[in-house]
Amino acid sequence: MLSVLTDNWELFVDGFWTTLRLFLIAGVLSLALGTVLAAFRVSPVPALRAIGTGYVNTLRNTPLTLVFAFLVFGAPKMEISLPTFFWSAVVALTVYTSAFVCEIVRSGVNTVPPGQAEAARSVGMTFMQVLGIVVLPQAFRAIVPPLTSVMIALLKNTTIAAGFSVAEAGAIPAVMAERGENQVATLVWITVGFLILIIPLVFLQRWAERRTAVA
Amino acid sequence: MSVVLYDVPGPRAKARNRILNAVVMVALLAVIGWVLYRLNESGQFESRRWAQFQYSSIQQQLLDGLLNTLKAAGLAAVLALLFGAVFAAARISDHWWFRAPATLVVELFRAIPLLILMFFFYYGNLQFDLGIGPFWAVVFGLTLYNGSVLAEIFRAGIAAVPKGQREAAYATGMRKNQVVRLILLPQAITSMLPAIVSQLVVLLKDTALGFIITYAELLYVAKQMGGRLQYGFPYIPTYIVVAVIYIGLCSLLSVLARWLEGRSRRRRKVTGAPPPSAAEAATSVEAPL
Repeated sequence: MLSVLTDNWELFVDGFWTTLRLFLIAGVLSLALGTVLAAFRVSPVPALRAIGTGYVNTLRNTPLTLVFAFLVFGAPKMEISLPTFFWSAVVALTVYTSAFVCEIVRSGVNTVPPGQAEAARSVGMTFMQVLGIVVLPQAFRAIVPPLTSVMIALLKNTTIAAGFSVAEAGAIPAVMAERGENQVATLVWITVGFLILIIPLVFLQRWAERRTAVA
Repeated sequence: MSVVLYDVPGPRAKARNRILNAVVMVALLAVIGWVLYRLNESGQFESRRWAQFQYSSIQQQLLDGLLNTLKAAGLAAVLALLFGAVFAAARISDHWWFRAPATLVVELFRAIPLLILMFFFYYGNLQFDLGIGPFWAVVFGLTLYNGSVLAEIFRAGIAAVPKGQREAAYATGMRKNQVVRLILLPQAITSMLPAIVSQLVVLLKDTALGFIITYAELLYVAKQMGGRLQYGFPYIPTYIVVAVIYIGLCSLLSVLARWLEGRSRRRRKVTGAPPPSAAEAATSVEAPL
């Protein structure tokens, strides 16, 4: 059981390192894109609102695997190719996750009491100032717990990249099958790896929930 | 709801918004135009790439793929609801030896990536010859993951029923079984329904993972159709067709979820019950992914 891990230590380390990189890069990018989309969805410009709504409704109803398949098999056919499969995976995960981030930021904005935005407007702030200085910092508290759920989901979703030639943790079983190793033991160790990554996030979420409950 | 973020636009703001609107429209059209141009330049609109969709045998393939997707999703949905009900019941039990293992199972299966769960059945079958095909790997994986999430939804829904309801029921001498079955569940179901339907949308979308473990569902069929040389590798046309099917199906369910949400909110207003508690808000905000 243990030898499965120790004999193939490098494979596991490389796999989880790629998973972690995918998670961090796609996480940061989808936070940025999701926040911009949320700003679109609450903006006074109808066309921006329409873009935000259309994007969210389309992406939330598309399987992530299809987004991956489109980017990996489809995009090269229209002569748009990303440098490596790794970056295709980053784009797929970002595009998909940002739709969920957008919805959470938007509903977080709605939890801020209307008086806050009204007061900000009455001292003459513009839309961007109201959103950036007054509303979003307060919405942040309501946003953090569900956002952590989305980030946990993103971390788990990185495994889908295994089906599209990215050598991350989800791709370990295929290599281990070639090496003739014990498959179930391999999967148990991968599970342990994911638990090690996810449990701190769950505790972060609980902690943030407690803090917002007090506030 | 968002109108509070900015003043009702005056003449200057209106003019500015109109200009911004026009600029955004032009930018959007430019992007769409560029995508269409790229598609056209690379010959994705050539008739030979779309020709296969007019053959009835290929339409049949697509339909079979769709049926396989729906079959796996339907069976997994029923099993997941059962799994969720059983484990939610165990989690609200008064006996710790029910509660503790149920909590462990629910938390564990929610933390394992769904694909890895499917791999357990897929590779487990290869290794021990269990006689379960990719279909059952997909169904079992979906059941364990979504069942655990549903158990959490059920538990949170029951916990969100106002405390007075439970206390009043106990005060009239009902047993725990009666309190849950007659008082808490009927009230919790309405508030849980939107979350349950959203989770079923997730389940339907996740059947696409079957593609990776060679289950012949819609996306798998699409890959085969896209890889045909004689039609010039029509990946893009096929994925467009498949995306329309997926988005259509999931949107229908999403619309149902939103309708249920609106209905339960309306009813709540009519009966004058207290606003949704924090726990309930958490279940509806909890991002279904």
